[in-house]
Amino acid sequence: MTLSKKEIDSLLRLVGLTRESELNCEQCLALVSEFAERQLAGKSVSESLQHVEHHLSICEECREEYEALRRTLEAVEEQDG
Amino acid sequence: MSRDNDRWLTDLREDGEAREAALSELRTALLRNLRQALSRYSVDDAFLEDAVQDTLLRILDRLGQFQGRSRFLTWATSIAIRVALGELRRGRWKDVSLEGVLATAGFVPDQIVDRESPPQAQAERRALLHTLQQLIEHELTERQKTALLAELKGMPQDEIARHLGSNRNALYKLTHDARKRLKRGLETAGYAAEDVVATLPR
Ligand SMILES: [Zn+2]
Repeated sequence: MTLSKKEIDSLLRLVGLTRESELNCEQCLALVSEFAERQLAGKSVSESLQHVEHHLSICEECREEYEALRRTLEAVEEQDG
Repeated sequence: MSRDNDRWLTDLREDGEAREAALSELRTALLRNLRQALSRYSVDDAFLEDAVQDTLLRILDRLGQFQGRSRFLTWATSIAIRVALGELRRGRWKDVSLEGVLATAGFVPDQIVDRESPPQAQAERRALLHTLQQLIEHELTERQKTALLAELKGMPQDEIARHLGSNRNALYKLTHDARKRLKRGLETAGYAAEDVVATLPR
């Protein structure tokens, strides 16, 4: 077995989206709660939060965690009215 | 449940009853949030309770890192989700060896050209993949190749780091450096990053 077409495409995407300076997963975690709240409220994101958005576009694990957080905040908001 | 951020921090830093009350409230809220967050995964109550317990320890350890830029409970929930999903990934991958993953990973561009696409597009894709393969072979260290391939195969970062005797931050730097080398190499060969991304299926 080799890398599948999907895996090759995701490598190309990762390389294409690579920036000189990026947040790592720990730095992303420190900011993701603020990012999620602002996204949910439809507010604009500051420059530091744009780095979060970029990290989420290339890191599958942080993206999975962010999506779970987002769903949770939405559900809690609904329950609490 | 109307504590503001300062109240959470003050009470969690206290000794005695105020702290116990805050911890108990936080435990209940995290359990509720984590159950919601993980509703798409098959986990039981014992798993959730363990994850919340681990999260509480982490939070108490890192109170100084909370910058007050979101609600305290949102921040705490983001940590709980990392703890819980990390645990789930570890469970799924704990018996998988890095060698096993890499043994099945290679890089053979000819097999991933879409034979249905026009000849010109096939040739371009083949040339791009050939360049990428050359860059992987010649520009990356063995460690970078290993980390990048394992990640593409879906192995969790914590697991790759553990196999490499490293940690997640150092691993991120390793693969980030590898991506930067590949990107520079592609650009030198005439492939602009935006163009490469633009050709990929969404
Ligand atoms: Zn990440």
